[in-house]
Amino acid sequence: MADSLPTEFDVIIIGTGLPESILAAACSRSGQRVLHVDSKSYYGGNWASFNFSGLLSWLKEYQQNNDTGEENSAAWQDMIHNTEEAIPLQRKDETIQHIEVFCYASENMDENTEEVNSFQENLSSASNTLPEPLDSTCLSKAAHSSNLSSYEMPDKDDSKSKGETSAELTDAEETLEKEKNCGDKTCIETVSDEDKDENKPLVEDNTDLPKKSRIAYSQIVKEGRRFNIDLISKLLYSQGLLIDLLIKSNVSRYAEFKNVTRILSFREGKIEQVPCSRADVFNSKELTMIEKRMLMKFLTFCLDYEQHPDEYQAFVQSSFSEYLKTKKLTPNLQHYILHSISMTSESSCTTLDGLKATKKFLQCLGRFGNTPFLFPLYGQGEIPQCFCRMCAVFGGIYCLRHKIQCLVIDKESRRCNAVIDHLGQRISAKYFIVEDSYLSEETCSNIHYKHISRAVLITDQSVLKIDSDQQISILTVPPVEPATCAVRVTELCSSSMTCMKDTYLVHLTCSSSKTAKEDLEPVVKMLFTPYTEADTDEGELKKPRILWALYFNMRDSSGVSRTSYKGLPSNVYVCSGPDCALGNDHAVKQAETLFQEIFPGEEFCPPPPNPEDIIFDCEDKQPESSITNVNEPSEESQTLENPEEHLEN
Amino acid sequence: MHGRLKVKTSEEQAEAKRIEREQKLKLYQSATQAVFQKRQAGELDESVLDLTSQILGANPDFATLWNCRREVLQQLETQKSPEEFAALVKAELGFLETCLRVNPKSYGTWHHRCWLLSRLPEPNWARELELCARFLEVDERNFHCWDYRRFVAAQAAVPPAEELAFTDSLITRNFSNYSSWHYRSCLLPQLHPPPDSGPQGRLPEDVLLKELELVQNAFFTDPNDQSAWFYHRWLLGRAEPQDALRCLHVSRDEACVTVSFSRPLLVGAGSETLLLIVDASPQAVEWRTPDGRNRPSLVWLCDLPTISLDDQLSQHAFRVILTTSDAQKECVLLKGCKEAWSRDSATDEQLFRCELSVEKSTVLQSELESCKELQELEPENKWCLLTIILLMRALDPLLYEKETLQYFQTLKAVDPMRATYLDDLRSKFLLENSVLKMEYADVRVLHLAHKDLTALCHLEQLLLVTHLDLSHNRLRSLPPALAALRCLEVLQANDNAIESLDGVTNLPRLQELSVCNNRLQQPAALQPLASCPRLALLIVQGNPLCQAAGISEHLAELLPSVSSILT
Repeated sequence: MADSLPTEFDVIIIGTGLPESILAAACSRSGQRVLHVDSKSYYGGNWASFNFSGLLSWLKEYQQNNDTGEENSAAWQDMIHNTEEAIPLQRKDETIQHIEVFCYASENMDENTEEVNSFQENLSSASNTLPEPLDSTCLSKAAHSSNLSSYEMPDKDDSKSKGETSAELTDAEETLEKEKNCGDKTCIETVSDEDKDENKPLVEDNTDLPKKSRIAYSQIVKEGRRFNIDLISKLLYSQGLLIDLLIKSNVSRYAEFKNVTRILSFREGKIEQVPCSRADVFNSKELTMIEKRMLMKFLTFCLDYEQHPDEYQAFVQSSFSEYLKTKKLTPNLQHYILHSISMTSESSCTTLDGLKATKKFLQCLGRFGNTPFLFPLYGQGEIPQCFCRMCAVFGGIYCLRHKIQCLVIDKESRRCNAVIDHLGQRISAKYFIVEDSYLSEETCSNIHYKHISRAVLITDQSVLKIDSDQQISILTVPPVEPATCAVRVTELCSSSMTCMKDTYLVHLTCSSSKTAKEDLEPVVKMLFTPYTEADTDEGELKKPRILWALYFNMRDSSGVSRTSYKGLPSNVYVCSGPDCALGNDHAVKQAETLFQEIFPGEEFCPPPPNPEDIIFDCEDKQPESSITNVNEPSEESQTLENPEEHLEN
Repeated sequence: MHGRLKVKTSEEQAEAKRIEREQKLKLYQSATQAVFQKRQAGELDESVLDLTSQILGANPDFATLWNCRREVLQQLETQKSPEEFAALVKAELGFLETCLRVNPKSYGTWHHRCWLLSRLPEPNWARELELCARFLEVDERNFHCWDYRRFVAAQAAVPPAEELAFTDSLITRNFSNYSSWHYRSCLLPQLHPPPDSGPQGRLPEDVLLKELELVQNAFFTDPNDQSAWFYHRWLLGRAEPQDALRCLHVSRDEACVTVSFSRPLLVGAGSETLLLIVDASPQAVEWRTPDGRNRPSLVWLCDLPTISLDDQLSQHAFRVILTTSDAQKECVLLKGCKEAWSRDSATDEQLFRCELSVEKSTVLQSELESCKELQELEPENKWCLLTIILLMRALDPLLYEKETLQYFQTLKAVDPMRATYLDDLRSKFLLENSVLKMEYADVRVLHLAHKDLTALCHLEQLLLVTHLDLSHNRLRSLPPALAALRCLEVLQANDNAIESLDGVTNLPRLQELSVCNNRLQQPAALQPLASCPRLALLIVQGNPLCQAAGISEHLAELLPSVSSILT
């Protein structure tokens, strides 16, 4: 399909992570011709979400990292003119390391084959019809992208988008193949052989004990489409930059959100629900009357702490936890505020940081519900796609699985003119936006990256069971030892459309000091127990059991300054991968800053005009077709439309 | 620029909007006219329903059109078959729902729904309850919907326990909800009817304690939320006192019987009947109020028929009966006595605790303690301070007098907007305390000097007082209710800011009045004193009126019966 790509654009964006996607939408919205490419077969880069089989193939890809190998570097060398030089881009993604997978659930071979069949059924249905919105598998993404391509070029022939669809379908079939293999091997990838040995006996034992309450690995695979597993675990602050941007730009119509329902804390080995809103405090059975007052009083003070400098001025130098000790708060209240509300467990956190964080948390309360956070249904990976969709609606062109070999630099002007893609096509543009992971080792040789430790668990019950099992919870586990970091735990229920019924998807995140497993396993062990046959007395079982676990480290390029990259021309802009923070502010800020730098004075993602205010011009069909898409009533767009309304009532 | 959308300018938009609005207005007006014409012509058919629904759909607050619809529906009910009419009603209910969505606080729409539902032979109340729940989900403080819910619950005889659980759920979501708290105060007495012997309108102690805990949760969470404090006050408050005769006084010299009641009553033809029985024979007497205006009053009096005061008999038995409530009082006037009385004691009956109930003092004590805890945390919370004062009064007004006054001072400082109200309340409490002290001392002399009083209340309790000292206060007038002090002989009110003496009228025994250093401007202000037959000494020094030339002569002329007037 690439030979039919236009060869000239205003902006070429490489990578479909959140900041790149926001930039793509912003550029396209302001009238720029945008080409947005990703070398992967999916949207989002490290911001993506996968269904279970998608995640398995993603894992596989990283384990077979070398097969990209040396390609036709000679082919593009020829296309560089004498007056030019090339900056080659990175061929393989090196942002993910130390992948370790553990399967504790039993395996049932018979069901596994059944699964393959059902998967094929899905496949054929997907090729015939558009996927229903519920269905955000790898497949649906493929179809999704073909949708987009038909938005982009309505005047061009259908065969192209068909071609793309079929290409994606073959990809899905490949995934299937992998799936089969993996079933044959009886155990999915594990890094060390010891792990494999550890798991194997369990696997065999479990096969002949089918209990109704038990969940077998095969079931997870079979219901794999129900999973949407985020690579990076984040939430949206109700008053955060991302929500504001989604609402302002009308991108919110492409997504649905659910409120995080519980803020949890881990204190003295026990998990408790943290009362944070006014209604929570009122209803709390755990707090005494006096504590209720103390807590409300402190929180009310935090809301406008700047107005009362005398209350904290003396403690500006000390840490927030020291400051809290002086505020007549009982130890459990101090714990709630420090770890669960301000989420500033680190001893380095100052009084001002803590007050600021608490204020932000409180300001977000009540906008959409009783907690400050929203979670996008079907996973965080939806968000970059929503912005891509907006970009496509305004004419942006999308190509997945499209590698860019190099940037072409004009020697004299020291500006980048063009890129050369994997098919050897030279595509020129004025501005280039590149995601950090695409830059070569040479370009990044000066940079020392931070890392994020991640764990993904599939468990059989919630860490804190209450009458309703459909809870989305966030829990901060304070540092186990003083030197380590706090671990952020997000537990998602099946109604968040990220895991199958009767399971929970648990994300653990902290900034790395060692490998992910070394960083996170102590916390996992504290909160969970492996899913083994040993626990016969289910009645006494307290901890949720792990069915499946994944650990990996992700590179955090968020702190890298532009000047650290070597030899990049001024019209090449760099977006970073996901950062470790809970919110998405960094990505939004970065996108806005870069947009302002590239197009000073242009409005950043203004709301699309009212359909009735658009003047239709017979000559120009392209915007018209876009408009129909803008108009298109989207069934997914209810949640964010008018948040202020709730507040007014 | 490539790919840019062409968008209408703001003037074009405004123009398009204006035209659209103009058209809408035309449609609206023509439809309204059509409805009125049809109504005038008596054409109450379905076309009127259609027309009104167009208008009401956009503006559900057009009350006349709802009336019009009711007329049409009543007409159609007689014309249509039951099936057809049922379909019509169903459509009407659906239409009402769309109107409620346009304006969930439309009086007319909710009223129309009430009207419709109460006319149906078999209304689906379950559906109505669900509708209420849905609208309260959107706005838990929509009192229109709360009203309607109470109507539905009453019609459908929903068990109060279920409704109580519903208020629970809404309070859980947001406790700043007057409607929900109020509904509780209606439901709880239904759920826990008082035992026949016990005081009316009170809750059993276990229920009361649970409610107190709930409401404490609310005011500890947010002490500035009034709704919880009001509910708290209801919980501790007590029901209306029953009508009672507080005091009966018979005076031989004035040949007069005076009674005071627990609440203002209107005695006379067509209302309360007050029966006077002297020595077992009913007397035909004319009752009047001390000020002669015969408006509802706490104090009523009548002249005794001369025969009933025959001095030959050793005694006379007087009995007054309030026929409507069977309340009565009796007393015996002995030979040679000038007067006789019978009254409820303020100390025994705890007359002044009307603010808060006579709950077991342990409950009040623990409430006081938690309020004091809260006050320590929130020294400036006015609701908390006020509640502490009320609780202290309910527990023991004399014991806590000093503390109460301190709390008043703090409260006035934090709530300067209500300083005058607080002054009056404080005056009232001080007066109550003085009455209590007077009764304990068993005297008829009341000292209220140097108390910073701004108002006089409970004067009906002072029926028997002979000496009253109001000096050194901040009184601006002696109110008409002072006329209730039928036994008053000496009244001192020096060093106030009194501008009028309207209350000093018809005091049959007043001999001495001292109002030095006040703000009496004109000699005419002393006019009311002329109605006090025994006034012999009047001291008015230090008032502006003394400056006038020839004031002594003027006053002597005005008050000829007063033997000495000091100016």
